[in-house]
Amino acid sequence: MVNERKQDRRAVFRTEGVTKVYDMGEVKIHALRGVDMALYAGELMVLLGPSGCGKSTLLNILGGLDTASGGTVTYRDRDLTRAGERALTRYRRHEVGFVFQAYNMIPSLTARENVAIVTEIAEDPMTPEKALELVGLDDRMDHFPSQLSGGQQQRVAIARAIAKRPTVLLCDEPTGALDSKTSAAVLEAIESINRGLGTTTALITHNEVIGEMADRVVRMSDGKIVNEHRNDKRRAPAELEW
Amino acid sequence: MRNLHRKLFRDVGAMKGQSAAIGVVVAAGVMILIVFVTTYDALTLTQNRFYEDRQFAEVFADLKRAPNNVAGRLRDVDGVNHVETRVSASVRIEVQGFGEPVRGRIVSLPEEHEPLVNRLYLREGDFPPPWRADAMAVNEVFAEAHGLRPGDTLDVIIRGQLETLTVSGIVLSPEFIYQLGPNDLVPDYKRYGVLWMRERGLAKAFAMDGAFNNAVFTLRPDASPERVIALVDEVLAPYGGIGAYGREDQLSHRFLQEELEQVRTMATVLPVIFLGVAAFLLHVLMGRIIRTQREQIAVLKAFGHTNTEIAAHYALFTGLIVMVGAVVGTALGAWAADGLARLYMEYFRFPEISFRLQAWVMAVAFLVAGGAAFLGAYGAVRSAVSLPPAEAMRPPLPERFHRTALERSALWTRVSQPTRIVLRNLSRHPLKAGLSVTGIALAGALLLVGSQMFKAIDHMVDFQYRFVLLMDIHLTFTEPTPERAAGELLHKPGVRFVEGYRSVPVRLVNGTSEYQTSLLGIDAESRLRGIVDAERRPVPVPPEGILLTTYLADYLGIRPGDSVQVELLEGRRRTLSVPLAGVVEEPIGVSAYMERRAVNRLMREGPAISGAWILTDDEQRDTLFRELRDLARVDGIGLVGDAEAAFRRHLDDTLLAFMGIVLLLSVSIAFAVIYNNARIALAERMRELATLRVLGFTRFEVSWILIGEVALLTFVAIPAGWGIGVGFAYALNQAMALDMYRVPFILTPWTFAFSAAGVLTASVLSVLVMSKRILRIDMVTALKTGE
Repeated sequence: MVNERKQDRRAVFRTEGVTKVYDMGEVKIHALRGVDMALYAGELMVLLGPSGCGKSTLLNILGGLDTASGGTVTYRDRDLTRAGERALTRYRRHEVGFVFQAYNMIPSLTARENVAIVTEIAEDPMTPEKALELVGLDDRMDHFPSQLSGGQQQRVAIARAIAKRPTVLLCDEPTGALDSKTSAAVLEAIESINRGLGTTTALITHNEVIGEMADRVVRMSDGKIVNEHRNDKRRAPAELEW
Repeated sequence: MRNLHRKLFRDVGAMKGQSAAIGVVVAAGVMILIVFVTTYDALTLTQNRFYEDRQFAEVFADLKRAPNNVAGRLRDVDGVNHVETRVSASVRIEVQGFGEPVRGRIVSLPEEHEPLVNRLYLREGDFPPPWRADAMAVNEVFAEAHGLRPGDTLDVIIRGQLETLTVSGIVLSPEFIYQLGPNDLVPDYKRYGVLWMRERGLAKAFAMDGAFNNAVFTLRPDASPERVIALVDEVLAPYGGIGAYGREDQLSHRFLQEELEQVRTMATVLPVIFLGVAAFLLHVLMGRIIRTQREQIAVLKAFGHTNTEIAAHYALFTGLIVMVGAVVGTALGAWAADGLARLYMEYFRFPEISFRLQAWVMAVAFLVAGGAAFLGAYGAVRSAVSLPPAEAMRPPLPERFHRTALERSALWTRVSQPTRIVLRNLSRHPLKAGLSVTGIALAGALLLVGSQMFKAIDHMVDFQYRFVLLMDIHLTFTEPTPERAAGELLHKPGVRFVEGYRSVPVRLVNGTSEYQTSLLGIDAESRLRGIVDAERRPVPVPPEGILLTTYLADYLGIRPGDSVQVELLEGRRRTLSVPLAGVVEEPIGVSAYMERRAVNRLMREGPAISGAWILTDDEQRDTLFRELRDLARVDGIGLVGDAEAAFRRHLDDTLLAFMGIVLLLSVSIAFAVIYNNARIALAERMRELATLRVLGFTRFEVSWILIGEVALLTFVAIPAGWGIGVGFAYALNQAMALDMYRVPFILTPWTFAFSAAGVLTASVLSVLVMSKRILRIDMVTALKTGE
């Protein structure tokens, strides 16, 4: 409960009335229709919703990959909606860690090098070896992506995302392409980063069960937040079953 | 299928940059073939039609003087179809308002009818009326150069006598298609002209009443020219015949043949090189474009399209691009060929150009370009359809990489990750990288071929006019003149130095090889006529023995120490055996040299000269010309500076016009290849680049991965292109050695720099075009899974 109070007052992200409209020529697609939410320091939030509900769009905006059409997004005290391309690149470089469903490894670099590519440009990174150790891959550092399983590649992606010691870790369906057993290992890695390093984490999934490992679950539908609840107790990923 | 066709056009539209680049390669290959073959065809066709129509002679004979009744005996020579006996005289012409010396030749026309051999083609006005001694026809080029029209008059000095003649008409002649003065390398229309008069008037003026000094023959279809020549020589020997000769030794025809031969060589070598390169590039480029459509092919298959339908779709896709390229190439080729043929017409005067696009040429061009593109497309489509749809639709599995030898070195640890990406991407696909390098190198090679020719020609002309022809004025006398005439010239205004020379027409024979040229007798230590070897070192003129240009010695198959038969074609004709004392290197002309007194001894004459070379002061030139013109024994006055300018202009208009086209197409190909390479690299790396952007890399840092790849390929390709280009250039150079001139095989740093600069420029432009696309990378879309 001490934990919760601490989180409560220090929002890392805050969005107010965020909208996103994709102009597809003759039709306009409203991906976000006014989202108000906050992400608090140190918490692990799961964003649940069916595909097409706008959760990826929201995450992309938070991560500086995309910009909102309206409303405000603040990261700590900075207004992301007003940030230019240069500022967003700097923001991604130093503050955010990203994990995607398709692991997006650089196939020509080994696991260690895939992490090093980030640590080379970060300000106060951990060593690639340390990052890989945190996701339990210290024995696979010199393997190329083609020599790693999907789950292992995704753990390298997590190591790559957190090696820069980001303030936030954003995961978009990190287990979407994995079976349940492999998924557990990936989720455990995320959970241990969140717990061990205190990295604020937002995780997108359409899998209800995964919500049980979160501090807080936010549901989205049709571009809006429809429901939000706080778990009394986070469940360990290993206990989850689907 | 209809929608599949719609996709076809949209795909071409969506990939317009790449499609256009492929189109450029096709167009360039097709254009080169069409340009060269069509120009060659147009020139030979025009030549043949004109020769036939105007009854161009097949045998020619010059003699001192024979009475007209000898004509009957010539007509009776076995194998002769028609004979025209004529009076032909070298004259000096004074054109009002033109201060410089003009030389000319005046040829007689039968009194009352048009000639049966070498008939004139009337362009304007009329032929000289019969029995009129003051009318003449003028060759078109000369009339054009001085703006002469029928009714204008010219002062013509025949045998020192001034005659004022009126232009009755302007004509063309098969005999003077290439109107070249003696000692000239290229036509100089202002300073040399050909005129025609009726026989009686000219004979009278030239003291040839009732006689002739020139005869031209057409032969019966089954006659052998060699035999006719021998028989004619027999008839004319008592009349100072200096040896009849066939068409191949007729000046205009020979030069025309040489030029045609040059075009023919280029028409063979260059299209082979270009189409070969284009075919290779099409194969590679088409394959790569289709490989980027892998997922689409899978979707089409998933919808139930058969492999054949898909193959047909991409065949059409390829066909569309090739067709557009080939049509553009044909149109441009025909347009350029027409233009080039017209340029040649400035030098070769025909009444009209017979221009045609031959079906077989187009067929060959289309087949080669199409075949190469389809082969490239076929391989790519086949590998795409062989995948089960589901597998092809999934994002491609991470490619397998492994460590290379390079990575074991200590330096590797200092290589940044992005650079590692570049190096591993290239080493992962050595074949693909090799093909890219080869493609770029070929483009660079074509650039080198084109630029080498420009430099080499410049070098050749420089060599001729800075090391060989060192005089300002080249004077020819009407007949051999005592040596002291040279001394007299020294007192003329503005003359700084004079050197006499002796020039004798000869036929050089070794076994079955023979060559008709002039034997030039020069001072042992000539100051105005350089005799040099390949390294431009002076070659001493020996007191005895003959010197030949390397080309001529090779042609006759003799080496220093061997002897060559020298048939003297002037004065009392004799044949002597003369030892070859050495060889000299001269890119232009095919001459033989001896010491001047040695030539006098061969001729069994005193110290005579045929002309003189003069160094002058520029300021007093006009006065000098006036005085020289008044000298009765001066036949011709040649200005070396003018000749050089005319020669350069000629090369610019012919050979270099072709090479200009080659160069332009090389640049287009270089750009097309490099752009396409970079563009496909971008498509292949899109996901990686987007990932790096997400990880916080700046656009510039991301660009490095692509730029680094293009740069590395370019740097490897440049020296490779040099190597291939030197090979191509050498092949072309060897194929193009001509009698008239031999372009030296010269490689200067400039040539290499030009090829490298062309490739680099194309790379930089490609990278610039692409970096725009890198700036636009949409991270969200690029990273979506399998959509």
